[in-house]
Amino acid sequence: MLTKRIIPCLDIKNGRTVKGVNFVDLRDAGDPVELAAAYAEKGADELVFLDISATEEKRKTLAKLVLDVAEQLNIPFTVGGGISSVEDVDILLKNGADKVSINSSAVKNPDLINQLSEKFGSQCVVVAIDAKNIDGNWKVHLVGGKVPTELDLFEWAREVEQRGAGEILFTSMDHDGTKNGFANEALAKLSEELNIPIIASGGAGKIEHFKDTFQEGKADAALAASVFHFKEIEILQLKKELKAEGIPIRM
Amino acid sequence: MKENQKIVIIDYGAGNIQSIKFAIKRLGFEAILSSDAEQIRQADKVIFPGVGEAGSAMKMLRSTGLDELIPKLEQPVLGICLGMQLMCTHSEEGNTTGLGIFDADVKRFDNSVKVPQIGWNQITNLNSHLFDNVKNGEYVYLVHSYYVPECADEIARTEYGVNYSTALHRDNFYGVQFHPEKSSKTGEQILENFLKLDLRN
Repeated sequence: MLTKRIIPCLDIKNGRTVKGVNFVDLRDAGDPVELAAAYAEKGADELVFLDISATEEKRKTLAKLVLDVAEQLNIPFTVGGGISSVEDVDILLKNGADKVSINSSAVKNPDLINQLSEKFGSQCVVVAIDAKNIDGNWKVHLVGGKVPTELDLFEWAREVEQRGAGEILFTSMDHDGTKNGFANEALAKLSEELNIPIIASGGAGKIEHFKDTFQEGKADAALAASVFHFKEIEILQLKKELKAEGIPIRM
Repeated sequence: MKENQKIVIIDYGAGNIQSIKFAIKRLGFEAILSSDAEQIRQADKVIFPGVGEAGSAMKMLRSTGLDELIPKLEQPVLGICLGMQLMCTHSEEGNTTGLGIFDADVKRFDNSVKVPQIGWNQITNLNSHLFDNVKNGEYVYLVHSYYVPECADEIARTEYGVNYSTALHRDNFYGVQFHPEKSSKTGEQILENFLKLDLRN
């Protein structure tokens, strides 16, 4: 049976992990390669690297990082953050990334989704969508959730599926950082209306939240950052408890 | 296992080859990427990767003559993901004929399940040395929209809406739908088993 995936997300700036990471057993907690390998060892099903650096050397640094990660990591990983062209994606995939995630660049240039899925296949194109519930309507936001658009979450999600996205990473800006649980109602609606996998993001605080997003939110995967980095939730324990709840999980 | 064996990954412009090369390196071997017929023929082991679309991948193989070469190889050959699908008779994707090594027609998952299948699923009914030291029901990483219906060459099975053949074997040819290079320790064991095969002696 296909299992639900647990995905730690690592924020990267200038080739280093950003958020303080509470991993006492790491020699260098700022080293994304070492952290990635540690997560793989602890049972993560997949990893996401989100590059938030804004330097001119960004492309080169990220390409090098992807190569270093691919050399060590024996589970799949996705790379996102500022990717805006077919050339960007080409180098990242050649260096060993399994998937890329695009966000604002897809909204600005939706045709990029078609170009990427035609050239590299849908399976490596993740479209990340940040949205906020405004007076009962979910509106897509850009630039890390700062800039609102008129786009409706569900209409945009349907469009990205039609254009060839292989997966959607949905972050609720209302839930992100709250540690009060994922946006399960919107997630379930996405899952029912679309026929591609949905990754839930934003709001993880307790083990129960993961259970809820898989059961009520019908999510195919759940992504979180700080609860894993600060060891508030141990991945192995999380997976054990989810499995005990009858959720299909890889142990 | 032969320590200095020559491992060639067929390079025809398809997909994430780097990861396979690195996975082999982690097992202590060096693999080279090549599209050269002579180099491929002389290899001890050949890996035939593939990510992307079947129709255009077959076109690339035909334009380089690799479509003629691969079915005639005599050493162990491992097709991965699309590589395995291209080794079949026909694929619904791009309605293309394949290399005809495995007697199977590749089909698309119907919409009763999410397509593509992305993630970790179980392999069962294991029936090959490729799975030595791998337990029935172990998890492997899969990403695909098309599948091989259960067939005579099956050496492992997976369930996703339907039961399908997730690994195949005929003579010196092996194929796996999953990505051993991304399937954690289980994948490493399977790759290692492949490198241990020695059909020539």
